[in-house]
This record gives sequence, C-alpha cells and structure tokens, in this order.
Amino acid sequence: MKQNRTSNILLALYVALVFVFIFAPILFSLVFSLNSQRFPTIPLGSFSTEWYSKIWNDPDVWRAVMNSVIVSSCTAVVATTLGFCTAYTDFRYNFRFKGLYLALILLPPTIPLIIMALAMLAWLSRLGLSGQLWSIILAHSVLTAPFAMAIIRLRLHQMDPDLEAAAWNLGGSEWQTMRHVILPFCAPAIVSSLCLTAAVSFDEFAVSWFVSGLNKTVPVAILEIVQGNIDPQVNAIGTFVFLTSMTLVVLAQVFLFSRQIKSHS
Amino acid sequence: MTEPLVTFRNVEKRFADFVAVQDLNLDIHEGEFLAIMGSSGCGKTTTLRMLAGLESPTQGEIHIGGRLMNDVKPHERDTPLVWQSLALFPFLTARENVEFGLKMRGVEKAERRRRALDWLERMDISEFAERNVDTLSGGQKQRVALARSLVMEPRMLLLDEPLSALDANLVIRMQGVLTRLQKELGITFVYVTHSQSEAFAMADRVVIMSRGNIAQVGTPKDIYRAPANRFVAEFVGRNNILSGKIDTIDSDTVSITTPAGQFTAKPPAFAIQSGQDTSFVVSADLVSLSRTAPDGGNKVQATLISEEFIGSVVTLFLESADGHEFKVQMQERELLDLDLAADQSVWLSWSAGNAHILEGG
Repeated sequence: MKQNRTSNILLALYVALVFVFIFAPILFSLVFSLNSQRFPTIPLGSFSTEWYSKIWNDPDVWRAVMNSVIVSSCTAVVATTLGFCTAYTDFRYNFRFKGLYLALILLPPTIPLIIMALAMLAWLSRLGLSGQLWSIILAHSVLTAPFAMAIIRLRLHQMDPDLEAAAWNLGGSEWQTMRHVILPFCAPAIVSSLCLTAAVSFDEFAVSWFVSGLNKTVPVAILEIVQGNIDPQVNAIGTFVFLTSMTLVVLAQVFLFSRQIKSHS
Repeated sequence: MTEPLVTFRNVEKRFADFVAVQDLNLDIHEGEFLAIMGSSGCGKTTTLRMLAGLESPTQGEIHIGGRLMNDVKPHERDTPLVWQSLALFPFLTARENVEFGLKMRGVEKAERRRRALDWLERMDISEFAERNVDTLSGGQKQRVALARSLVMEPRMLLLDEPLSALDANLVIRMQGVLTRLQKELGITFVYVTHSQSEAFAMADRVVIMSRGNIAQVGTPKDIYRAPANRFVAEFVGRNNILSGKIDTIDSDTVSITTPAGQFTAKPPAFAIQSGQDTSFVVSADLVSLSRTAPDGGNKVQATLISEEFIGSVVTLFLESADGHEFKVQMQERELLDLDLAADQSVWLSWSAGNAHILEGG
C-alpha cells in the first residue's frame, strides 16, 4: 500500500511538471501582457492594461480579428458539413474501396503543414482563387474536415443500427429520419466538431500566411508585429487567441462527454 | 374462408452466396397470433424483416392485404415492428417516442399527444411519460416500445424476440400483456422467437423454420403431439424417436420393426409402403411406466439411468436392452407412488394412437 502511495505522488508530480512545461510560456505571455515594461524582463514593472488598450484601439488588429472570426466560423460550418456527410456515408453504405475512401479522407492532417500550404497556394493561384478570405476558408476546410469526420463518426458508431430502420418502420422517409433521428443523435458531436474546427482554424498560421494575401488573420498579424519590433502587444493578442481557442476546445469536450455520460447511465 | 392478410409465394432471400430464406410459402390470417420459431440463422428474422420491407425478396412475391409488397419502401407500409433491441430513440422522452410515428405521418400536435398519452396510460406507464427513455427499466422500455408501435393502429404488429432481454418473471408477465392486447385489439401479431415456451404459450399457430425453410406449420398442440418430421420432433424436445422398417400396413395401424422391438403406430396422412425405412415419435409425457409387463400394446423393457426435476414434473432417462435412450415425463407424485430404485428394470408402454410416423424417415 505504502509503495503504491509513493508512486501515486510521483505520478501526480510528473503530470504537474508536464502541465507546467506546456503552460509556462503561455502563462508568461499572460503575465507580461499585463506588465508595464516594454521588455519582458524580471523584475516586473507595475500592473498595466496599456497593451490591451493599445490593441483595442488598433484598426489593423480589429481587421485581423474580424477576418479570423469570419474564416473560423465559415470553416467550422463547411468542415463540419463535409465531415458529417463523409461519416454518414461510412456508417450507412458498404462499397468497394471503402478502405481507400476512408484513408483519403483522413490524409490531410498527415501532410506537413508547410507542404500543404505551398500546394494550396500554387493550386489556388493557378485557379485565380488565392489572396481572398474564402481562399483561407477553402484551405482550412480541407485541413479540418478530417477532424469533424472523426468526431461525428465516433458518435454514429455508438448509435444502435436499428434506430434508423425503426424510424423508417414508423413511417419516416429517409429525409425525415435524417432530420428527426440521425441529426438529433449526432447533435453533441456536431456542436463539438463546430467548436474544434473553429479552434483549429482560428490558430492556424502556415496555410493562412501563404494563401491569405492582404487579408491577414490573427496569427499572421502577430507574426508581422513580431517581425517589426519587440512589442508587448503580441503578449496581449497571444493571450486573447489562447483564451478563444481554449474556450472552444473545452466547449467541444463538454458537449462530447456530457452526452456520453448521460447515454451510458 | 376469407382471403389471408399476408401471403408469401415461393419467396427466396439471398445475401451474396448465403440463402437466408428459400421457397417460402405461408399464409397469415387476419387476427391470428402467429409465432415463427427456429434456432438462430433459420431465416425467421429475415422473414419478419421482409414483411416490414427492411429486406426485399430476391425471388417470389409477398402480398399484404392483396397488394404486392416486394418493392414497397418500409416507410410506406403499415407494419410497425417491436425490435429485439427495442430501438427506442434515446434523445426523446417516453411520450415523444410514442408520438414519433404519428409525427412522421403528419398528425397534428395536440392529437398525437393525446393518442400517445392514451397508449402510455393503457400500458400502465403514464407516470413516466416525460422521462427520458434511458432512465426507464427494461420492462418499462418494453411497454414504451409496444405503445410506440400500437399507437399507429396497425392491422398487423411484428415482434422480433421482444422479450429476450427480460428476466424470467417479467417474460411471463409480458406474455400475459401481449396475449391480452392481441385479443382486445383483434389485430394480427407475427412473433419471431427462438423460445418454445413463448411461442407455445401465446400463439394460435406456430411456424417452425429450419435452414430458410418451413419445417412445420400448426397449432402448438399439433406441433407438440404430432411433429411432421424428424427436425421438428428433435427441436421440440422431450420426444422419443425410434427408427426401423415398416412391416405391415392395416387400415388403423402400421407395424414397425426397430432394434428395440416391434411396435404399432397410427397410419400417417402421407403415403407409405411396407419395407421402407421410417421413424416414429412418442411424446415423453405419453409413455406409461410400470413395474410389471402390461398386457399387449407397445411395450419395451428398460433400465432407469437418471432423473431430472423441473418443478413438480420429472423426466426419467431410461435405456432399453439395445441401448436406445427413452425419455418419460410424469408428475413427481406418480413417480413416488411407483417407488423405483436405481438400475431397476421397468416396462414402458404407449398406445398406437400416440405414435406418429415422421415424414421423410
């Protein structure tokens, strides 16, 4: 028993260290964003919201935030729709080369981002589609649809396969069944997928930087600030981006797991 | 006789190279409680799913109410099914589950609510109407599933092993609920099960299926007392099956020689010839047991091997001189009166009228 307790304490310590390692930079960014000094040095200066008011009054930052909001929300809708359709196809139908179909769908996240970004730029500019907001939406949808598909597929696999047939049996057409049975059943996974794909898109830098042209998203704007000079504004924006993404990811988890617990009770 | 509600004509269902149902011919009559029974993979569930339109036959025709149904989609039929898994919608309350079919049919909100509550009341579960179905017990879910199908006021209800997930006490209770409902509503029930006790307890007629074919159709009593063939005789169990050769055929008895001795049986409805190989069956509960040899009739001497108690009924296992195993079923009280010892030699006897010759040997 005693040995067990020691190893438990060691394990807890290890986990705590991992969290410190991951979150320390973010925490420092938060601390320095509220520091009056221009350079990130210790000892700290006084508490200040100067950098936040600076970005609040910066039209460039606002434009970037608006762009990011548009891109991530549109991406979330497009990717989740695509993800749902592919997951449902996998759930409902059996066909030749289904393994290949699934492999192709899950391929995008395995390609290095920089290569993906270059390829996107080359392809979209060849088609005359680069440099627009919706070029980023297009590229991000490709990038995040596999995540949406994975989340929704997981949910569909938890569904009693008789449920759909039961709805037909009670007089529901295929569309009615989709609307009144499949979609409500998948609702938690769909909301979760919307949050998660929005978070990924909101954070994504490489692809955005390549295909965005003059329509900067927040991560691209951050890079430009950092390239210019050392500016604590970056800490403020970084904190904002982190909080937004974190909120979305936590929401995604809450939707996915609260329903699962309920349906298992 | 009125036209049957359902007819299967030479129906075949094939999945790739597996034949689930072949050359099925069956009539189902309006208002009857029909049980389809067989072991798993015999085609009983496929037959039911074809009625619901969830599978379409690869050959033959299925008519319901005189209409050819082969290509009619499931949602265009009036054949609600009670699923083995129940298949209740987990994100809806009990009442919403019952309302589902009416909603799909476009019944107006207040009306469907009223009808759903009526049925929940009738099934004695109105207090759970607004509860999520996941929070209900097995028996309560079962009642919601029944209400969900019956609220559609169908001419025919399909049931796919609906009681298999319940414990034994509840099964008996639900059997009562089902037979009462069927009598009250006067609609046709088609009930698929692997359980002989469920089928025999509830059904007017029982269909026994084996390897995609019908082995026998008849009342529970017919099937129990006069199994048509060896498969049914073995499936029903608690039967003594003896094989031999036909000697002589009279107008009221057939004499058969077997390794255990010579016996007489009732002449069957089908044609037989003397000299042909045959088998006959005697139910275990129609065999009498005595300490001394009875006069005349069918009798054989055997040694008691073992006993098996099921409540007040006891099954004795005995062996004749040629090594054939006999089963005898009787009340425990009768057995006590006989006062037998182990390894004791006794006489088994039965009347020719209780010996049925099996078709196909």
